[in-house]
Amino acid sequence: MAAKSSAFRAAREEKSKQGTAAVGPATAAAPNLDRLIHERTRLAIVSALAVNATLTFNELKQLLRVTDGNLSVHARKLEDSGYIACTKSFDGRVPKTEYRLTANGRRSLEKYLDHMEALIQATREG
Amino acid sequence: MALDDRARDNIRFIRETMERAGSFTAVSGWGGVAMGITALGAAMIASRQESTLAWLVTWLAEAAVAIGIALWTTYSKARSAGTALFTGPGRRFVYSFAPPLFVGVLLTILLVRISSIAEVAGVWLLLYGTAVVTGGAFSIRVVPLMGLCFMVLGAVALFCPSSWGNGFLAAGFGGLHLVFGGVIAGKYGG
Repeated sequence: MAAKSSAFRAAREEKSKQGTAAVGPATAAAPNLDRLIHERTRLAIVSALAVNATLTFNELKQLLRVTDGNLSVHARKLEDSGYIACTKSFDGRVPKTEYRLTANGRRSLEKYLDHMEALIQATREG
Repeated sequence: MALDDRARDNIRFIRETMERAGSFTAVSGWGGVAMGITALGAAMIASRQESTLAWLVTWLAEAAVAIGIALWTTYSKARSAGTALFTGPGRRFVYSFAPPLFVGVLLTILLVRISSIAEVAGVWLLLYGTAVVTGGAFSIRVVPLMGLCFMVLGAVALFCPSSWGNGFLAAGFGGLHLVFGGVIAGKYGG
């Protein structure tokens, strides 16, 4: 478990070093919330890819317990926005779709985490 | 739900997904079951050996078989999931698993040299347990728990008559592998 929670922490610390001020208490109502990553299935895809170099379509499906259709729709949306990258290949004769998180996607997840922390912070202060 | 509760819930969701995703592969439950079965067989064969040396050789042969099973089942589980074995969680597992096993090999040689082969059971169980605990620190929770059980069994074995050694090895490498292998196979995808 240590590795995962430290990856989680590292993602947060790295971001807070860059200054969390962008999302101040004033914006607690979350007008600039990243809707793309906020949706549960997409948030799960991005989180899962944050701790794995790559995951295949089937792995993600099993891991997140979603249907084929649901996963492909949300993965496509993330791909179109440049949050994840997708490579298609063949494993023998079986087509294989592999996803990985892009630098852009990782930044967005960090930003989203900061946003959530700012929301918590804001209510604590207020 | 208040805004900050929702934010907390979102963070928890991300963390849980990361934990689940990070421990998806590597350890094969069916491999554990197979190793348990061969270990029980080895225990039976070993108990019939007249000399301590033949007893040791039987268990060493079982160790070689078990390593083969572990490599093969782990490899095929990683393959079927489409992940590379020696990147990410798999590599971390191997890196932290190997050092205690290496110490185990050296201590076995030492025990042979000082003619105390019969004491090897506790040492093996302890060090294998240590390897599983350290390797499993990056894996699903049930893996380090299995390692801990091995360590407890090994510790008890150290303070019991050395004639019980074969029984301890059967209980550990046979019994614990079967039980935990079954749990992992049932709950964590094979």
